[in-house]
Amino acid sequence: MSKILVIAEHAEGKLNAGTAKVLAAATQIGGEVTVLVLAADGAAVAAEAAKLAGVAKVVVADNAALAAPVAANLAPAIVELAAGYSHVLFPGTTFGKDLAPRVAAKLGVPQISDVMAVHSASSFDRPIYAGNAITTVEAPAGTVVATVRLASFTAVAATGSAAVEKASVSVTAATHTRYVKLEAQKSARPDLQSAAKVVSGGRALGSSENFKVIYDFADKIGAGVGASRAAVDSGYVPNDMQVGQTGKIIAPELYFAIGISGAIQHLAGIKDARTIVAINKDAEAPIFEVADIGLVGDLFTVVPELTAKL
Amino acid sequence: MKAIVSVKRVVDYNVRIQVKPDGSGVVTDGVKMSMNPFDEIAMEEAVRLKEKGKITEIIAVTIGGAKNEETLRTALAFGATKAIHIKDEGEVQPLTAARALAAVFKKEGASLLIAGKQAIDDDANQTGQMVAALLDIAQATFAGKVDVDGNKATVVREVDAGLETLEVDLPAVITADLRLNEPRYLKLPDIMKAKRIPIEATTLADLGVTAAAAVKTVKTVPPPSRSKGVMVKTVDDLVAALKAKGLA
Repeated sequence: MSKILVIAEHAEGKLNAGTAKVLAAATQIGGEVTVLVLAADGAAVAAEAAKLAGVAKVVVADNAALAAPVAANLAPAIVELAAGYSHVLFPGTTFGKDLAPRVAAKLGVPQISDVMAVHSASSFDRPIYAGNAITTVEAPAGTVVATVRLASFTAVAATGSAAVEKASVSVTAATHTRYVKLEAQKSARPDLQSAAKVVSGGRALGSSENFKVIYDFADKIGAGVGASRAAVDSGYVPNDMQVGQTGKIIAPELYFAIGISGAIQHLAGIKDARTIVAINKDAEAPIFEVADIGLVGDLFTVVPELTAKL
Repeated sequence: MKAIVSVKRVVDYNVRIQVKPDGSGVVTDGVKMSMNPFDEIAMEEAVRLKEKGKITEIIAVTIGGAKNEETLRTALAFGATKAIHIKDEGEVQPLTAARALAAVFKKEGASLLIAGKQAIDDDANQTGQMVAALLDIAQATFAGKVDVDGNKATVVREVDAGLETLEVDLPAVITADLRLNEPRYLKLPDIMKAKRIPIEATTLADLGVTAAAAVKTVKTVPPPSRSKGVMVKTVDDLVAALKAKGLA
């Protein structure tokens, strides 16, 4: 039977919503699932994780060296606690992508990145070429270390009540790495990666001031706000709003691509959206090839009208 | 101070890739190949650090078959001072590549590995982190800004929550994200000059590297296509269409 260790991602005492999606992948692999919380004080995060369906137990390892999400400190702690587990799973976020290879290399095993479907305990689907091809891969014998593509899984419900165990790890903080700060974009809007509705703006917005039309629309329908790489590179919005292969890969119920031409790079980030609506003045824009509903028009007239009518 | 830049030859990012009908992979014969775009950014960053006098040597390293020499020539045209070709005709996966790069890093006494955050073919995003793990040195992935000051580097990382700043002591591994810089256009004289620079050849065996157990690719298929949508003419039609789907 598989023994699966899911590494919890958390910040400011809260569990990242992605963990519940990693648990969905773990449940499909089948076996006994343990969530590992590494923190300076992980009690609150562990209590949250314990409520997630399918979790057999939560192990919380408090250690001052683990206060910041520094891979060089987290990896040895995970390696220490991973003995006896058949799988170590990470969310496919920048946290997991930074950390998982460091663990895999220490364990001397290859890593499987961006698991999007589970066939068995050792066989998975993963995207290559920005999602333009899907491969089925088979992990070799040994511990399976993988990151899970969050957009491909539906979060498990918070209906569990697993036991929380304490563990100790002997790591000391690496002197070669100092965590300085995180400049987070505080937003009252729904988080891009878990929002049911997302509205994204592209280069056609033309300026950061003009993005107001996107924000107003998003606020009216309670959506998260994203942007294309072109809009981010043009400085209209900060980098953490970028949706696409090199930004965030999302899977909302409803996605509005506004003034976005639809570069392959962007499409790779929205392929799993349930319904895609495209608004663009260029009828030939590639975004219309993937849109479920398309409207050719000037976004500066269409979007305010839509905001008023929805 | 030496920096190593790992460079990979991949299908050019402008190519619309085709999956082979028999599911055995992606068509690469007769397809335009280029240096992985993230590796170009890594090369550019190394060259800028050298121009600022922060590093003195740039060693470009690639792993792969004979044709990968082209990628090293590109790296030399960027301004690499030396090029090492680890010759291997098979598929080299990230852990094996990391072992080889770690061996070169030690052999050369390098202070910095600058790598692209991922290659746009396998999209693995692993090798840099694995090198850092194998050498037990600092890593700063997804770099959007790098400042090297003597024996330390301050790196602003592009993370999901925003911008994270790490300070790392060298030796260290830095992986380049998209916005780190805009790679320069290579000038013809530099490209011509790069053709005359000798390339050092080695092998995994010469470096004392054993290949890691491999992940086996069973089959490759195109992604499921989305069904063709509808075009509406007015905002009212759009609202009606959303209502019909229960989305408004």
